[in-house]
Amino acid sequence: MSDHVVALRVNGREHEVRVEPRRTLADLLREDLRLTGTHLGCEHGVCGACTVLLDGEPVRSCLMFAVQAHGHSVETVESLAGADGTLTRLQQAFHEHHALQCGFCTPGILMTLSAALRQGPLRSEDEVREALSGNLCRCTGYQQIVDAVLSLGEAAT
Amino acid sequence: MKPPPFDYWAPRSLPEALELMARYGEEAKALAGGQSLVPLMNFRLAAPRQLVDLNPIPELASCAVEDGVLRLGAMVRHRFLERSPVVREHAPLLSMVAPFIGYPQIRARGTIGGSLAHADPAAELPAAVMALDGRVQLRSRTGTRMVAAERFFRSFFTTVAEPDELVVGVEIPLPPPGTAVGFQEVAMRRGDFALAGVAVAVTRGEDGTITRARIACLSAASTPLRVPEAERVLVGEPPSDRLFREVEARVSELVDPPDDVHASAGYRRRTLGVLCRRALTAAVSGKEATRR
Repeated sequence: MSDHVVALRVNGREHEVRVEPRRTLADLLREDLRLTGTHLGCEHGVCGACTVLLDGEPVRSCLMFAVQAHGHSVETVESLAGADGTLTRLQQAFHEHHALQCGFCTPGILMTLSAALRQGPLRSEDEVREALSGNLCRCTGYQQIVDAVLSLGEAAT
Repeated sequence: MKPPPFDYWAPRSLPEALELMARYGEEAKALAGGQSLVPLMNFRLAAPRQLVDLNPIPELASCAVEDGVLRLGAMVRHRFLERSPVVREHAPLLSMVAPFIGYPQIRARGTIGGSLAHADPAAELPAAVMALDGRVQLRSRTGTRMVAAERFFRSFFTTVAEPDELVVGVEIPLPPPGTAVGFQEVAMRRGDFALAGVAVAVTRGEDGTITRARIACLSAASTPLRVPEAERVLVGEPPSDRLFREVEARVSELVDPPDDVHASAGYRRRTLGVLCRRALTAAVSGKEATRR
């Protein structure tokens, strides 16, 4: 069960990490790179808390092995706000609409929505809920999340 | 939750992958999108000793129309089926069912070959491929064979593939002119496993009479299920609400769905009939599938 060296780009920075094959991408991010913004809820692909972007597409980082990210680019919630703490428009809208309660699901939801908004604006409640279908909020605060996204109107993040 | 230890292989070509499958046989498992296998590994319900990752093999992600068929590589992802104009033109049923599979994050990774090989009777693609008379291409180090989707599935999560064989692609015959498709399913929440679902393909002649019909159900049996006796009711008739109601009744009579905590057999039986009628109605009226 030999280890592998994974070379990947995370939030624009190159990393090389030695991992066991069974280490998930989520654990590499959290344990090896100490990027603990990515949360783990169910670890079997249902809750969406661990959603990150792999080459721009939203994926469950608990359902990918870190070795599979070799040569790929990953974006986590830590990539959103600017170095000076300036929030993205989506994050600002979350702040203004109280779109997070305990905050556990928020990183996954922000990454899922950031990816969706790159494809174009989400115009209706239906479109927002469809985009959000793979993310669970245990506080059930969906309405404010929907409100926050709709408040962006035509503006992307 | 962590899977038990395994050796990881990232072959760069199909022959390399087939060599690994031949060498390790039952010890090996192919990793496609991982959206079903990795949860099973995280729960330790599956514990392959050797994991052969198909993601680095570019030839498995191909999509081409040639010799009257749409050929899709096994690693074509659900997201591609949703977005590709080629798939939408030549196999619109696949584009139609793709948004019903899991969630955006699942569709970004999940693959058509993985869905067929996993053989979950509640999955959308196996039923859709069956409704399109699709064929599954299996390959091992020693040879290649094509298996009609109808003969590919044996039972829950079981196919005719041997341990050293890989699903490498799918062939969908281009539909005859005048073919329309429809899909309907019921699930508790968006992206959940379907409690019942029906995919249909009907071909009409120039006078509007139905000349050919396919009805494939999901969550109706231990495999995706064709209902030939109900299909025969359609052939030779012009589409009508009365005809579709007759088919609805036949489907409900003919299926023998399982009973479980999510839905009773009686509910599924009734629902499969209704969904079949709605899928037929939507197909002949040219409407897209709606999610509910």
